[in-house]
Amino acid sequence: MTAIVEAQGLTKRFGKVTAVNDVTFTLDEGAIHGLLGRNGAGKTTLMHVMTGQDFATEGHVRIFGESPVENAAVLGRTCFIKESQVYPDDFRGKHVLRAARWFYPHWNDALAQRLVDTFQAPLDRKMKKMSRGQRSAVGVIVALASRAELTFLDEPYAGLDAVARKHFYDLLLEDYLEHPRTFVLSTHLIDEAAPLLQRVLVIDKGELVIDADADSLRATATTLVGKASDVERFAAGREVLDRTAIGAIASVTLTGLSEQDKREAASAGLETTPVSLQELIVRRTGGAVTEEVSA
Amino acid sequence: MDDGRPIFLQIAESLESQILDGTLLEEEQIPSINALAAFHRINPATALKGVTMLVDAGTLYKRRGIGMFVAEGSRERLRESRRAEFRDAHIRPLAHRAQELGLTSAQLHDMITKEMNR
Repeated sequence: MTAIVEAQGLTKRFGKVTAVNDVTFTLDEGAIHGLLGRNGAGKTTLMHVMTGQDFATEGHVRIFGESPVENAAVLGRTCFIKESQVYPDDFRGKHVLRAARWFYPHWNDALAQRLVDTFQAPLDRKMKKMSRGQRSAVGVIVALASRAELTFLDEPYAGLDAVARKHFYDLLLEDYLEHPRTFVLSTHLIDEAAPLLQRVLVIDKGELVIDADADSLRATATTLVGKASDVERFAAGREVLDRTAIGAIASVTLTGLSEQDKREAASAGLETTPVSLQELIVRRTGGAVTEEVSA
Repeated sequence: MDDGRPIFLQIAESLESQILDGTLLEEEQIPSINALAAFHRINPATALKGVTMLVDAGTLYKRRGIGMFVAEGSRERLRESRRAEFRDAHIRPLAHRAQELGLTSAQLHDMITKEMNR
C-alpha cells in the first residue's frame, strides 16, 4: 500500500509538557484508520501537527509526499473535523456548508443534502447556539460530503446519540465503498467503531504503543478462566495483561496464544474468551478504566 | 457481527455455514466484497480477507472479472473439517468433564443417545 501520511520522529512539546513523543508511522492510502487512546494521550495534538495546524518541535510529517504547513495544495485535499472547531460568531449551519463547498473540490451537494436530512441539522441556526450534537452533525456532514482524499475526524460524534452514531457509521461505510479514500478517526467508542477500522494506532502518554491491522489485533489476547494451577501453567512465559483470582479459581488475560494453545486450554477444562479490541486497549494503556474509556 | 474473534474469521465461517446448510450452492456466485461489507457493516478489507481465506482453502474460486464462486465438492469437504473441529472443540472437553464426574463411557453414550432422541 502507498503511504499517504508519513511521520518520522514526530515530537511536540508545550513548554515542559511532551504531548507527542518521538512518533514514527505511516498511514495507508485508501484505508480507514482508528487513532485511539485515552483523553490527553496526544491524539488531537498529533492530528493538529499532521494537518499543519501546529508545528512539530522535532521530526517531520509529510502528507501526499509534501509538508502540510502553509501548503494550500495539500490542505485542499485534506479535511480535518474536530470537536473543538471554532466558527465565526455570526456563522449559521448553512454558512459552514457553503464555505466547505467552496473549499473542497470534490464536494458533493446531493450527499450533503442527504446527510442534512438524516441528521436533521438545523442549518438556519447559529453555530454557537447549536447543541453539542447538532454541531457534531454539521462536522460529520462536512467530513463526508467534502469527499476529501484524506479526512481526519477527531471525536466526530460528541453529543450524538446512539441512533445518530449508527447513521454516521452506515453512511461513512456506504460512501467509502463507493468512493474509497483515506480516513483517520479518533474515538473513545472503540468497540462501536472497531468493525469499520482497517488499521489501529494507539497513543498512550504521547507515545505510539500499538500500530497494527485492526482485525489481527483482535486475535492477540485471550482470557482464560479455571483452576489456578492449570491457568498458571498456560500463563508461564507469556505476557500477562491482567490477572485476578478468587480462591482456587484464576482468570488471566494473555497474549500470543495460538489456536492450538486455545484448544489445549479448552481440553484442560479452561474457559477461553477472546478479548475485545476495547478491552485490549484499555489493558494496554494503563488498566484503570475511566468513564471516558469505558463509554 | 462481533464475538471478539477476528471478523474475517467470522465472515469466512458464516459463508462456510451457508454452504453447509445449502443456502449457497456449489458453483453459485457469492455476494461481492462490497455487498458483504455493507451487510455486515465492516471494513471491506476485512471482508476481502475472509473471502481470500476461503479461496486459499479451495472452498471458493475466482472467475476473473465476474466474482467469487463456491467450488465443487466444497460442501462435503467442509462437513469433514467441521466434524473434526466438533470433536476437538466439544467431544474432547465433554469426555474430560465426564471423567471428572466419574461417568463411564457407556453412561455417557447413554446420555448422548437420550439427548439425540429427544
